[in-house]
Amino acid sequence: MVHPVIKLIAQRIALGLLLLWAVSVLIFVGTLILPGDVAQSILGQAATPETLANLRAELGLDEPPLTRYLSWAGGVLQGDLGTALTNGEDIASAIGKRLGNTLFLAFWAAVVSVPLAIFLGLMAVRYRDRWPDKLISGFTLATISVPEFLLGYIAVYFLAVKWRLLPSLASIYDGMTLGEQLYAISMPVLVLVLTVLGHMMRMTRAAILNVMQSAYIETAELKGLRPINIIAKHAFPNAIAPVINVVMLNMAYLVVGVVVVEVVFVYPGMGQYLVDHVSKRDVPVVQACGLVFAAIYIGLNIVADVVSILANPRLRHPK
Amino acid sequence: MTRIPLAAMIGLFFTGAYFLSAIFAGVIAPYGMAEVVGDSWEPWSAAHWLGTDTIGRDLLSRMIWGGQTTIFVAAAATALSFITGSVLGFAAAVLGGWMDQLLSRTVDLVMSIPSLISALLILSVMPSSLITLIVVIGLLDCTRVFRLSRAVAVDITVMDYVEAARLRGEGTAWIVFREILPNALSPLVAEMGLRFIFAVLFISTLSFLGLGIQPPMADWGGIVKENKEGIVYGIPAALVPAVAIATLAISVNLVADWILNRTSSLKGGRG
Repeated sequence: MVHPVIKLIAQRIALGLLLLWAVSVLIFVGTLILPGDVAQSILGQAATPETLANLRAELGLDEPPLTRYLSWAGGVLQGDLGTALTNGEDIASAIGKRLGNTLFLAFWAAVVSVPLAIFLGLMAVRYRDRWPDKLISGFTLATISVPEFLLGYIAVYFLAVKWRLLPSLASIYDGMTLGEQLYAISMPVLVLVLTVLGHMMRMTRAAILNVMQSAYIETAELKGLRPINIIAKHAFPNAIAPVINVVMLNMAYLVVGVVVVEVVFVYPGMGQYLVDHVSKRDVPVVQACGLVFAAIYIGLNIVADVVSILANPRLRHPK
Repeated sequence: MTRIPLAAMIGLFFTGAYFLSAIFAGVIAPYGMAEVVGDSWEPWSAAHWLGTDTIGRDLLSRMIWGGQTTIFVAAAATALSFITGSVLGFAAAVLGGWMDQLLSRTVDLVMSIPSLISALLILSVMPSSLITLIVVIGLLDCTRVFRLSRAVAVDITVMDYVEAARLRGEGTAWIVFREILPNALSPLVAEMGLRFIFAVLFISTLSFLGLGIQPPMADWGGIVKENKEGIVYGIPAALVPAVAIATLAISVNLVADWILNRTSSLKGGRG
């Protein structure tokens, strides 16, 4: 007899893999059935029918769709993402380095934003409907209402140009020490933190407030415990599953938010690479980047589900 | 008529002001959309209230024309996402069975790719015209409306009056439009505000990335892109759209909150 938790987790992971496969089909078919022709957009208006036909044959565009999907998907499984149309560069090696940079950025944003969001959420519950709560809510509403790229430029305008505190471009390269790298990415990290903080903090607050109505919280209050102890020791552990879920969703959002933030700060990551190649209509690169982003997104969602299964003690002991 | 709270009044006022200035852009904009009237990045003055932009166009006029494009695209995309999302969501709830499974799993699949990434994938093969942008944003966003309207409608379909309508022999269309829609309207209207803001942010982001509205047409994201070089020299022209987007977003949120609060007490939440 397999432990039910393991069974649940295995099911969830299998479902995730199935989803990932379906996404790969969707990405491939999606770019295939839409009107618009890759060969035409590479060659532009001046293309003759012969050059078009030649280019199509060279790119394998005249093969049947199923064959093309199988060879593409087969390549992806072996770590071969194909070559870029525009410069013939190997996509996998181009992505490898940039993915590292992107994850580096997202990682530090997560390290700062998660504890801060949870702390602010606890504070907002502790002082709910009083000024700290209202201040935190108002500030986070403002950050949610401004798109990331504008937050980025507001930060550049004040922090880099007016007060000259932080660098306005986040260029990192090999041979920098960790400290130098962290200084270089301080602004994009700040912007990413601001974009996810509001949502995470609000959801944490809501999840804890939900628990605060339980009978055991009343008991703890009647015992005379200090409010912050009640929230941190009695309410928070019971709100952990929704909190973890929202944290993971925001981590997934971070990975997408970096696309825009990288463009603002000219950071050499996946997002910049993707946006550049969308405007060049380099479909293989866009497909590969889309797949990588989708895989990270789905992966984080699976982690969220698995962690909330593990965080639920009721599931740990089979009846 | 119940009293309108102050926050909602402020929200209504600003939302109204933005929509009116979008509709009457041609009347109130002091200069033409692409008219070059001065040097680049002139400071704020009586002739140019917000100064001029990177090639000397009047920034206030650009903002008003840009607001027209942004609000029009966002409103059209929201309308599209609402019509498709709610009709499909109600249909899934009413029909149930394999239809529900098919629609719900398709929506799950589309939502498993972040919408910005999906939009970039689509825009890499399609030319970026106004229609394409509206359809792309509208359809990507209708997944969220679908989930909400399905969840709301599932609760309503089990009500006695729906059962009564079924027994009377009413068709699916009647049940969707005459029984479910009126009862599901308030959470959907509140959601519409949020979706509209999302569409504004989405189209601004795409334009900022150079993949949305194409120049010389103005839109708020594009104005940031055009003027971003000025930031380094301390010229705040690129930040003007930030104020516009943020005030629009906050005021629409205030209105949506008010609608939700006003109706949720009667109908027990958003279902």
